[in-house]
Amino acid sequence: MAYRHRDGPLEVLRRVSFGVEAQEFVCLVGPSGCGKTTLLKVLAGLVHPYEGRVDFVGSHNGNPLTAMVFQDHGLFPWMTVMDNVTFGLDMRGMARVERERRALPLLERAGLARFVRSYPHELSIGMKQRAGLIRAFVTDPAVLLMDEPFASLDAQTKLILQDELLRILRDYPRPVVYVTHDIEEAILLGDRVLVMTARPGEVKAEFQVPFARPRALAVIQTPEFADLKGLIWRDLEAAVRYQSQQ
Amino acid sequence: MSVTDQLSDKAKPEPEADEAGRLPLPAGEGAGYERLYAWLVPVAILAAWEMAARAGWLSRLFFPAPSEIIRTLVRLMGSGELPRHIAISLQRIVLGFAAGAVPGVVVGLAMGWSRPTRRLLDPLVGALYPLPRLALFPLIMIIFGIGEASKVVTIAIGVFFPALINAMAGVRGIHEAYFEVARSYGAQPWKVFRRVVLPGSMPMVLAGLRLSLGLSLLLVIGVEFISSRTGLGAFLWLAWETFRTEYVYAGLFVAAALGAAFAYILRLAEHRLLPWAEGLFHR
Repeated sequence: MAYRHRDGPLEVLRRVSFGVEAQEFVCLVGPSGCGKTTLLKVLAGLVHPYEGRVDFVGSHNGNPLTAMVFQDHGLFPWMTVMDNVTFGLDMRGMARVERERRALPLLERAGLARFVRSYPHELSIGMKQRAGLIRAFVTDPAVLLMDEPFASLDAQTKLILQDELLRILRDYPRPVVYVTHDIEEAILLGDRVLVMTARPGEVKAEFQVPFARPRALAVIQTPEFADLKGLIWRDLEAAVRYQSQQ
Repeated sequence: MSVTDQLSDKAKPEPEADEAGRLPLPAGEGAGYERLYAWLVPVAILAAWEMAARAGWLSRLFFPAPSEIIRTLVRLMGSGELPRHIAISLQRIVLGFAAGAVPGVVVGLAMGWSRPTRRLLDPLVGALYPLPRLALFPLIMIIFGIGEASKVVTIAIGVFFPALINAMAGVRGIHEAYFEVARSYGAQPWKVFRRVVLPGSMPMVLAGLRLSLGLSLLLVIGVEFISSRTGLGAFLWLAWETFRTEYVYAGLFVAAALGAAFAYILRLAEHRLLPWAEGLFHR
């Protein structure tokens, strides 16, 4: 895939080709600047590839194809939590009552029901990311796209939110494409981990994660986890080194 | 011009001092005592001034006693003379502000949001912006005559630019990520404008309007100095020509009070329009 750039096309992704099965959780790891986020934006329809294409097989009953969870600047500071969470529904022209009716159960299970009239700056970072997750889930998208949603959280909050994400996916199952630079997070959450190399980004290696679902945080302590982490790191390390020498 | 400068100086610091105590912002730290502190210096100065004037240490020609100024002020307000001037100045401000600031905000939002529009208009704005507002007045009088229109137009042109530039900066200051979020959830351009551009730029838009309102007060007095028999500026000018110093002080007091009132109104507007910015922008 290439971009139209001021100095002609800029190739950011090359021969990136992968499928995502129904209810599969695919993690993309790679050095920063390898085009992970660009890939996600292509999937979200935010960036139109100059070359290349995205196919979706299946039906999505008028629901949006994708919904994206962002890392920072996810929530609009000028909207209440409720307006933020129901933004996607609003853009699809759903009436306010119906929007709130759909969002409330999700807000309640995330412990956000008390904060629906609050503004984002009154929430903790963890709460904000929960709201960002709900905003994506409530639109009932065919595919969920996540761009390092927990990267700016502290380690403990991160674990809790990862756990919450796994739980919510159990109740609202759907395929996920998840970008991260954290190998442990990729193994903990993913069914499959794709390692990408630096620009132009390519998928260099692919790993199946052997842990069954429902998955608990305890898998981190198993030897298989450590082995897989070592394997992925070996591939990722080369890419990171190559990138930092550029 | 030096008189205008003096007026603008007087009109500006006053509202700040006034707001600090009065606004229901996060319950102040030890508000009670600090409020007294704020009054201490002005009261002391006024008392010293009063005494010095009564004792004859100050020339009454330049510094009439505060009590005398207050009496004059009360008399002029009671007779309807000063209210008439204030009403006329206010009318010019409101018309000029509406005719200048509203298009300023609209063009500024457009320039901030759309790069082609910015490219198109930026050179023009850049060329016209540095022109001192009052310097245009003679030209405007040639075109619009010496009646009301030329005064309103001068104010309108003056407030147009700060409104525009702040609105543009407000839109450009919105993080790109918010636009992406909106588009990723399928927002069409009009929705992006309503839900991102407009609310996101609102703090800066209001800052621009506050500047514009202050400027409109300065401009109305300036143009009334030059070509008017009515309005606060004309009142001040006549007071100087007839050397009635206590009238000058009364006029200055009114100008300062107007400036403070404008700032207060805009603060109230901010509280209503920007509940989300509380604690983000104000202390």
